[in-house]
Amino acid sequence: MAKPRTYVLVPIDTNTVTAGAREVKNAISAEIGKRGLSDEITVVETAAFGPTDAGVLVAVQPDNVVYANITVANVAEIVEEHFVKGRQCKKFILAGEKPVLPKAGETDSRKLQELGRIVLDNCGVIDPENIKEYIARDGYFALGKTVTELKPEEVIKVMKDSGLRGRGGAGFPTGLKWSFCAPVKSKEKYVICNADEGEPGTFKDRLIMEGDPHKVIEGMTICGYAIGGNKGFIYIRGEYKLSIQRLQKAISDAREYGFLGKKIFGSTFSFDIEIKIGAGAYVCGEETALIESMEGKRGLPRLKPPFPAQCGFRGKPTNVNNVETLANVPPIIRNGADWFKKFGTAGTPGTKVYTVLGHINRPGLIEVPTGVTLREVIYGYGGGMKSGKFHFAQLGGTAGDILGEEMLDVPLDYDAMQKNGHVLGSGAILIVNDSVDIKDFLYSCMKFFVHESCGNCNPCRNGLKIIKDITQRLKEKKGYEDDIDGMEEISMILKSSAFCPLGQSPAEPIMSALRYFKEEIKQGIDSKAVKPTIRHTQRDLITLAPV
Amino acid sequence: MINLTVNTVPVSVDEGTTVLDAAAKAGIKIPTLCHLDGVSSPGSCRVCLVEIKGARTLQPSCVTKVAEGMVVSTNTKLARDARRLSVELMLANHPWDCNACKRNNDCELQTLSKSMGISEVRFPYEKEELPIDNSTPALVRDMNKCVLCRRCIGVCQDIQGVGSLAPRLRGFDTVIGAGSGENLCDAICVQCGQCSAVCPVGAIFEKDAIKDVWKELDNPDKYVVVQTAPAIRAALGECFGLKPGTLVTGKMVTALRRLGFKKVFDTNFTADLTIMEEGSELLTRLKTALVEKGNVSLPMFTSCSPGWINYMEYFHPNLLPNLSTCKSPQQMFGALAKTYFAQKEKIDPSKIVVVSIMPCTAKKFECDREEMNSSGFKDVDYVLTTRELGRMITEAGIDFVNLENGEQDAPMGLSTGAADIFANTGGVMEAALRTVYEVVTGREIPMNKLHVKPVQGLKGLKEASVTLTDCKPDWKFLEGVTAKVAVAHGLSNAKEACDLVAAGNKHGWHFIEVMCCPGGCIGGGGQPRLTTNEVRKARMKAIYKEDEGRPMRKSHDNPAITQIYKEFLEKPLGHKSHELLHTHYHSKAK
Repeated sequence: MAKPRTYVLVPIDTNTVTAGAREVKNAISAEIGKRGLSDEITVVETAAFGPTDAGVLVAVQPDNVVYANITVANVAEIVEEHFVKGRQCKKFILAGEKPVLPKAGETDSRKLQELGRIVLDNCGVIDPENIKEYIARDGYFALGKTVTELKPEEVIKVMKDSGLRGRGGAGFPTGLKWSFCAPVKSKEKYVICNADEGEPGTFKDRLIMEGDPHKVIEGMTICGYAIGGNKGFIYIRGEYKLSIQRLQKAISDAREYGFLGKKIFGSTFSFDIEIKIGAGAYVCGEETALIESMEGKRGLPRLKPPFPAQCGFRGKPTNVNNVETLANVPPIIRNGADWFKKFGTAGTPGTKVYTVLGHINRPGLIEVPTGVTLREVIYGYGGGMKSGKFHFAQLGGTAGDILGEEMLDVPLDYDAMQKNGHVLGSGAILIVNDSVDIKDFLYSCMKFFVHESCGNCNPCRNGLKIIKDITQRLKEKKGYEDDIDGMEEISMILKSSAFCPLGQSPAEPIMSALRYFKEEIKQGIDSKAVKPTIRHTQRDLITLAPV
Repeated sequence: MINLTVNTVPVSVDEGTTVLDAAAKAGIKIPTLCHLDGVSSPGSCRVCLVEIKGARTLQPSCVTKVAEGMVVSTNTKLARDARRLSVELMLANHPWDCNACKRNNDCELQTLSKSMGISEVRFPYEKEELPIDNSTPALVRDMNKCVLCRRCIGVCQDIQGVGSLAPRLRGFDTVIGAGSGENLCDAICVQCGQCSAVCPVGAIFEKDAIKDVWKELDNPDKYVVVQTAPAIRAALGECFGLKPGTLVTGKMVTALRRLGFKKVFDTNFTADLTIMEEGSELLTRLKTALVEKGNVSLPMFTSCSPGWINYMEYFHPNLLPNLSTCKSPQQMFGALAKTYFAQKEKIDPSKIVVVSIMPCTAKKFECDREEMNSSGFKDVDYVLTTRELGRMITEAGIDFVNLENGEQDAPMGLSTGAADIFANTGGVMEAALRTVYEVVTGREIPMNKLHVKPVQGLKGLKEASVTLTDCKPDWKFLEGVTAKVAVAHGLSNAKEACDLVAAGNKHGWHFIEVMCCPGGCIGGGGQPRLTTNEVRKARMKAIYKEDEGRPMRKSHDNPAITQIYKEFLEKPLGHKSHELLHTHYHSKAK
């Protein structure tokens, strides 16, 4: 068969499918067939490569054109103009900066990675359900190299040297984490991929799994080899139907090709992966609660120590890593630690995948070197504010810090954020304009936490409820005189006294909001409001307390 | 040994010690709430937080183990503020009705709040009212007062192995309850009341029968008699500030008389009777098995403990034939009070009211069982726990500590030391062996002070054996037989025994004593709080002291027992006994 002259890539993910991507794709195929172009033009299903609110996207290669907001009604016109007459349809072209896409037939992924895409290099480029396309772009090369050329301790050394830090939010050095689990003696050892991605506004893991499932599988298998594990689990939230489907397919293909199963690449190393579906509790993103949930128990965090590296799933040594972290592993092994360190900052080498959303022109998925500033994200990648004036940004989902204008030029990496008293978080960047009252925003954050608190420890269970009530009073301008002090004290103590990060992190939005927006928050106080005290009977309380 | 400093005080402790215990050794008391030694330590109340150098956050001292060179600070501003706020947060979501609470002045949350100098609760109370579950005869659960410490879950799941309680819902809505939120009466609950004995606040308590008992005492038409379980005398004093293990038998009798009970009897009397009946039952079963080669269920389990009976009916219905058919001493007493005693004293039994003082909440359930009316009336009318009796005595203004000693009334108040030790784990077994051995051989059991040491103490599952030699002619078939017995207390230990029996009884046990609560009745769910192992040991010691001080220490020596057989029952396992003193069981397996 002749090599086609043009590829039409249609990203199929939850967003585009609801906008009608499948119908558009079928319509394009039909239209091309009708015009007898099927041999020249190939239509491929891919996954998201960036924009998330531009409707159905259609990328045409090698012309490097991306059409946005396409409906079935537009298909005939595009096929006629572009594929028959050879004229690009300007009116449908995606506005603003073009997403980074490789040329068709480009199999050297390094070229793309030089552009700053390490994790997402295949997303939107290959058919995620076709293992051959992954292999064609160096897929499973790193695994082959690992099991045939490297000793487990050498793998860990490369990971340590690379400086990769966990991308789930806490930023713990990945190589170091592996080195805790590796020496523990046990017949059974597990690798768990944490795909519970519960932080509101974060969906980068989903898009990685939808767009490049094999990369996650390869990363897990390499990790299994390094720590001496024999079984991997992907703990994935149940709502991620497409991810589950694509991972499932990828796992069975990988087995068929001998990348999973017994004696991988003819070595003595055997490893297999199973998917465990979570029920959607936010706390199950905490690694020990995740393990409890995997064991079929109520998802409550465990007391630490012992840490999972000693006593994890079913009491066996277990290494838990985030999806994005594991997806970084194959490129690092393939290209070496020094190559990886060329990207990003010294303290946090590599790139970071963010989902950028809110009041900006081009919300969506981006992968940028660490150290890029918030200003660059908003006005560069995000195309600037869509409406209104920049008010604040929240980094890393609802448990993340709220940043005021003062922080626009701080580089986004773990150390720089920490130096400024903030945390980088899991990879959501929410940009909010001045139409949103910070008090309303805090209230909705706290409502989320109260809903998701597991109820195990007292400060989180009771404290969050009290903070939520305070934010509710403040947003209704019915706050008591000492409400802000109370909220501040509880948040401060939560941070150091709650059982697990779920209870500790709500302090972040509260404390940071108080840091930048105290005056605005103070406007919620009603100096005439009477606070019910212990001297009131319960009946009084019902009338006194705001509902 | 591990060396560390707590507030700069150097301490050396064994590896595995908690920071809490290490601090105590350094003379520093860290407050706790959810932690209860040997019961549970979820580390969730955050009342015991301390600063540990190098740790990112404050650490709960009750679950944090010491490490070499650890630097612990308990008295920093952050640690103090965090602990105080933890308590304040709990108070903010706790009803403010302390004065009308059963646990007023006996509440760990009150004590904590006082010890931390909390003088105001800054956050308003906003909690939806939850219904109070008083569906069972024994226990009341008011989850509005629950502080979610999870001690009840620890005791129910781990110590008792019943697991009827668990957290339901999440976050602020979390509520501890049975199953998917049903009432306790619809759940598998053995009514042992251990949850009520460990609850730090007024969320779980016994169903109060004080009002009913006052009503009967106030009614001149009624003839109200009282029986007191063996375990009361070693614990009641604690309600009045006396040290655990103070024997208050005489004061208890006087107090009961002053409360207005017409006769102060003793469950000990029917404990002696139980030995006669149960001992005979055991010998009969052995004879059937050894001589007649008949089909009979061995080993035989004791049946004095109603929580244990519930447990068997729920969890091991296949072993029900192994349970002795003897009623518990409480129920034997009730049946005899309204027959034997009524006839003897010529009192209309419909006018007799039998009140029991029990260390146990399950006894409230037991007296309500439909089998328990063989006298033609409800055999036992009301059960008061030790705690309730304490409250009644206080309400009546009786200066308990300074009371003179009284003596129980004859005939149903007379008993032996063998009955006293029914209170302790291993006691029923020891009492039975004292009698069975002597009946079979004609000699006293050859043990120091008649004590069967291997079955005493707090070990969960205990064993002993006695070889029978030179048997009397009637019992020649037992010649040379080594009687093997086992004793379990706490239902998780009982489960172990049951599982071993179900799996073929590889230890060859003949007789197994089970008491539902850890330590036996002295550690019952109705005893004064808080029953720690130290308290258990003190009460057990007192009970053995009471036993040793008795002129008669074997049930078959009790003249009142001889008399009742002569005047009324005729012989052990006789027709009347079967009618009044024995019962049957039902499977409640779900």
